[in-house]
Amino acid sequence: MNRWLTLRGAKHSFHISGRTLSVIVLLLIGNMIAMTLCTGLGSTPISPVNVIKAIFGQSDATTSMIILNLRLPRVVIAVMVGSMLAVSGALLQGIVRNPLTSPDIIGITGGAALGTVVFIIYFSHLSIQFMPVSSIIGAFSAAALIYLFAYRHGITPLRLVLIGIGMATAMTAVTYMLILSAQFTPTAVAVKAFTFMTGTIYGTSWERDVLTLLPWLVVLMPLAFVYARHLNVQELGDEVAAGVGSRVQSQRTMLLIISVALAGAAASIGGTIGFIGLMAPHIARRLVGPAYGGVIPVSALIGSLVLMLADLIARTAFIPLDIPAGVFTAAIGAPFFIYLLFRHRSS
Amino acid sequence: MSVIQADHLTLSYGKKPVFADLNLRIPKGKITVFIGSNGSGKSTLLRSLARLIKPQQGTIILDGESIAKLPTKEVARRLAILPQGPVAPEGLTVLQLVKQGRYPYQSFLQQWSAEDEKMVKQALEVTRMEEFSNRPVDSLSGGQRQRAWIAMTLAQNTPTILLDEPTTYLDMTHQIEILDLLYDLNEQENRTIVMVLHDINLACRYAHHVIAVKEGEIYASGAPEEIVNEKLIKQVFNMECQVTVDPIFGTPLCIPYGKGRKVRTPVFSG
Repeated sequence: MNRWLTLRGAKHSFHISGRTLSVIVLLLIGNMIAMTLCTGLGSTPISPVNVIKAIFGQSDATTSMIILNLRLPRVVIAVMVGSMLAVSGALLQGIVRNPLTSPDIIGITGGAALGTVVFIIYFSHLSIQFMPVSSIIGAFSAAALIYLFAYRHGITPLRLVLIGIGMATAMTAVTYMLILSAQFTPTAVAVKAFTFMTGTIYGTSWERDVLTLLPWLVVLMPLAFVYARHLNVQELGDEVAAGVGSRVQSQRTMLLIISVALAGAAASIGGTIGFIGLMAPHIARRLVGPAYGGVIPVSALIGSLVLMLADLIARTAFIPLDIPAGVFTAAIGAPFFIYLLFRHRSS
Repeated sequence: MSVIQADHLTLSYGKKPVFADLNLRIPKGKITVFIGSNGSGKSTLLRSLARLIKPQQGTIILDGESIAKLPTKEVARRLAILPQGPVAPEGLTVLQLVKQGRYPYQSFLQQWSAEDEKMVKQALEVTRMEEFSNRPVDSLSGGQRQRAWIAMTLAQNTPTILLDEPTTYLDMTHQIEILDLLYDLNEQENRTIVMVLHDINLACRYAHHVIAVKEGEIYASGAPEEIVNEKLIKQVFNMECQVTVDPIFGTPLCIPYGKGRKVRTPVFSG
């Protein structure tokens, strides 16, 4: 039985499901444990106690250097990118009322990848700080194109998905064409571009990656949470939503902007890490039901957990090789997608 | 006195005009039912009254104010609409669904006021859905599901409720159950009920006011006992029938001609 908690003050009132609250607390603990473990494991294993010591500045210079400068930024990026992709997917699935979609499936991360590859090939003389900008421009261009093609007196979910799938394929094709046809592309640049397209968080740093992504996360995540209410009524269908006084089209546009910005920003650092945006919201719904007040925070926590673990396997399973994390999210994600297709086949 | 009024309404669906220069009044505190054959536009008309479809021309007036000029949340506090065959997301519980009816009264910081709680509780009580409040909507039977959706529109706490074919896909027992519920809401709480119904006989029994729609025009409107007759049925539904008197309610009862078994000599031969 689900218990509900009521929080009520002069200017605020909330109704929170007890189940959702306990799931969030458990996932927070799970994330903490995973962070400690993932920071410790690697070619030089470090015990969880020493990891915590190093974080609080209580260890020797070498350990401190490995933990603070090499591993921790990568784990933090996994948390950030994973949660952003997950929330982006949760919003997108709500917007199109189709659980078989995510920013990678409908070509938004594909657009971001294209933007980044354009930057790697043509603008590499500019500061690396501009790379995310290029990526986000790519994501929004892809979304704008999808929106433009799908628009006819408003956006219908099905048309958005169908056009999105076409867009994803087109984006990948154009990106590969760019990499392969750019005449003066040195092999190193091509390899970098290909790796990026698989999705990796290899070699991340505090300044370049964490600080670049942080402002996006800080602004977009709370905004997503505030918009959860509007998404809840939209899930009942456009007419019901309009009937209870929701400004359906303008709110849907805003939700789409939040979702695209999240995916674009995440992809600028992590590349096209697939399937997290698809899987995390599904698992979240299984745990706490379909109301978005719960789905959004729970998806975020699951997304970060999944990417942390995928990246852990990617960098430890084949030492000294460092495999892109995207390979492993795809390895779990692709069968999951097939399972979903199979399950939805009957309905 | 009318609660909703349509003045010179012109509506089209794509390029095909559905209504041209139509005028209409919905009486306050009564049950009004739209009848008409499939594709007559009655559902379109109902949706336009709830600002779900924008008219090309003309105005919808709600409580003396143009609906197009009112903020949509304000409209939602005065008028609720239940569209035809709504679908709840998988796993959504009855309580979570009914809560959505409070949307026009809420903000990010005010998501569960004492008033919200009271209205949701009342809506669940009136529809006898309290015992199902933690059940997923998709696990309920057709009749229970429809009651859950009606509870959501009741939680909206509006003086006027519009329903598009609320009894479709329900068996006869549940059709009567839903219509009795709406009848009580009108009788006991004086809410204005406006709905589209397929069943002429049930329309005649429950409606104070029927509006017969034919090919984008209002053929007739008034009390069922005054306007429903063989000629109207012939004109509106293109069906030959005999209109007699319901032996229990005294309202018009329409018996279609056509084929079928005859067991004994008809009582009311025409």
